[in-house]
Amino acid sequence: MITPQIAVFLVLAALVVAGAVSLILQRHPIHSALSLIVVMVALAGLYLLQGAEFVAAVQIIVYAGAIMVVFIFVIMLLNAGEEERANVSRWARFVGVPLGAVFLVEVAYWIGRATAHLGPAPTETVSTRDLSTLLFREYVFPFELTSILILIALLGALVLARREESS
Amino acid sequence: MVPTSYFLVLSAVLFGLGVIAFIFKRNILTVFMSIELMLNAVNLTFVTFSRSLGQLQGQVFVLFVIVVAAAEAAVGLAIIILIHRNRRTLDVENVDSLKD
Repeated sequence: MITPQIAVFLVLAALVVAGAVSLILQRHPIHSALSLIVVMVALAGLYLLQGAEFVAAVQIIVYAGAIMVVFIFVIMLLNAGEEERANVSRWARFVGVPLGAVFLVEVAYWIGRATAHLGPAPTETVSTRDLSTLLFREYVFPFELTSILILIALLGALVLARREESS
Repeated sequence: MVPTSYFLVLSAVLFGLGVIAFIFKRNILTVFMSIELMLNAVNLTFVTFSRSLGQLQGQVFVLFVIVVAAAEAAVGLAIIILIHRNRRTLDVENVDSLKD
């Protein structure tokens, strides 16, 4: 029986898969980046469906916002064009692609079977207060470590992309 | 109520598509995007099990994964800019100096 929630899930899941497939099929990087944004927004919807409001908001703000903007910025900065068509051998096209599809379906099938007993979990909305209490009490040390990581990454990116002062 | 296994199957499919994109794409920027795709699939699994087990830790880990992905994107894109500056190409097939 299809409840409204399952219908929403199916629509969002179709969006996610369509976006991912489009990322593979598009030849221009900017089209791939836009497909990836569709995937991320749909995933935020799936997080909302599971009651993870804060994670959904962070997904939109940080992933679909900040990270993808940097991606698109770099694509435009480097003026990346369409990728050349790869000379895929006939073996790869007629044996590799079907085998890959079979493998994908098989993995999905067995994961679905092995976890079928879990059943639906209650969709209580997780309060952001509980999440932040956990983050800033129990996980405060890893949290501070990530801020150091961000700082190092920032410095690393600066040093890497700096133009050498050549004479 | 959506069964937990639906989300896990979707996550597996998404991760598989990420691997396929990682292998098939030739533009280094798109290869990088497929890594983000795989990270997103893992995040979906984290959130799903967080709900299924009734524990919040999964969502905390998702936040950490997003932070690490942001750091990775910053450094990775800087490296891509360097590659483009030094070799004038974005095709992974042409970045093969370790092959010789």
